[in-house]
Amino acid sequence: MSERPRSELRAAGTLRAYAHRFAYIGLIVAAGALMMLGKADAVLVEKLRLRIIDATAPILDVLSRPVDVVTHTVEQAHDWMAIHDENERLREDRARLMQWQTVARRLEAENAALKQLLHFVPEPEGRFVTARVVADSGGAFAHSLLLSAGLRDGVDKGHPVVSDEALVGRIAGVARHSARVLLITDLNSRIPVFVGPTRTRAILAGDNTSRPKLVYLAPEAVVSPGDLIATSGHAGVFPSGIPVGIVNSVGDGEIRVKPYLERERLEYLRVIDYGLTGILGGPPAAAPVAVPNAADPKEVAGSQEGTEP
Amino acid sequence: MRPTFWSKVDTAARKLTPFGLTMLLVLIGAVPLHLPGIASVTPLLPLIGIYYWAIYRPDLMPVSAVFVIGILYDALSGTPMGVSAAVFVIVHGIIDSQRRFFAGKSFMIIWLGFFLVSAGALLAIWILVSAYYGTFVKSEALIFQYVITLGCFPLLSWALLRWQRAFLRQA
Repeated sequence: MSERPRSELRAAGTLRAYAHRFAYIGLIVAAGALMMLGKADAVLVEKLRLRIIDATAPILDVLSRPVDVVTHTVEQAHDWMAIHDENERLREDRARLMQWQTVARRLEAENAALKQLLHFVPEPEGRFVTARVVADSGGAFAHSLLLSAGLRDGVDKGHPVVSDEALVGRIAGVARHSARVLLITDLNSRIPVFVGPTRTRAILAGDNTSRPKLVYLAPEAVVSPGDLIATSGHAGVFPSGIPVGIVNSVGDGEIRVKPYLERERLEYLRVIDYGLTGILGGPPAAAPVAVPNAADPKEVAGSQEGTEP
Repeated sequence: MRPTFWSKVDTAARKLTPFGLTMLLVLIGAVPLHLPGIASVTPLLPLIGIYYWAIYRPDLMPVSAVFVIGILYDALSGTPMGVSAAVFVIVHGIIDSQRRFFAGKSFMIIWLGFFLVSAGALLAIWILVSAYYGTFVKSEALIFQYVITLGCFPLLSWALLRWQRAFLRQA
């Protein structure tokens, strides 16, 4: 009599054990499928990521405020203690910069005159949006930030992001109220730049270290530590002339750049819209200086807007 | 006494807190701290939450919840979607299979277990990210991230223990 319930119980137990195991296997397969999908259809998965970011951005905004208050208070106290030295330093700087101002005024006048002679067409003026950094998701594997401004504020994919006039990165994805910035140090970042006074073309390639490297440099190019790096404007995503950093080291076929960007100090960033629509979100390194039709940015931006209710 | 409607809601809400708190850990880990060098070594806080609840209240931290936490972490941290989700699910599976071992062990043993689990998890994330990009991803900060995560464990598990005693005794 008692045989049957016991065997039924055992069967139910086995079934439950199978279901339990199946849950693990199913979820691991699901995660694997998501990774594959990210490789195959990057736009779709990025859209999913941005949906999640957009939903959590308000919470992150609230969470990051107390931290900012504490940081400001500490900084203020620090500034008060160093006020005398700071004043001395600023006096010296001011004296030095006054001389530079004279030089700059003269060059500006000369530049304007020469441009007039050449009928030079100026680059478009940028329109900018200031946004707060609500998350530095960090970790050791990706270098990206989340901003509290999105499509609603005029931020769009590919726009350059600057802090104190130095390049920080570009907008990798944008949702309605938030955007993701890919830092120039990230593994996926490739930026066409000019190197040094000779304006040699190269690509600044991030590799998840704090010192990105220069690649695709002409073999005869002479580069020495201290050379300035600025965006070249090739590929039509960034305008030319945004400062990026200086050459840090040159050695055994590898040139490392020290960016001006200081990741932990980033709090408010400017997203600049120059109205440029060059290659956006194309495969990195494959065609760094490609023609503008390598990827159709309109389609990407349009499909993102299309998801909005 | 039959439980009233509100006491049922109360119990359900309490039962959701392990999941909610771990989601909150993901968000807290993403807040920019403006400390020099901290950006690239933010501790893997959600892993602590998952480890703690999978050991002490596995009924309140099912594997599906762990998957959702992993997806949120991937979305915010910029790692390829699915990487942390897979690793967190595996971590949960390992703890689940070692339940007998963890039962009634002292804090030191639990912490030592976390030494192994977090090392394995970070290594697995590194392998998956490298495989995803098809290159050995340089991660100068990986060791620091590991050490900081280990350092956060006692503090955080103490806080979670307080929470468990205060709100989840009957739940």
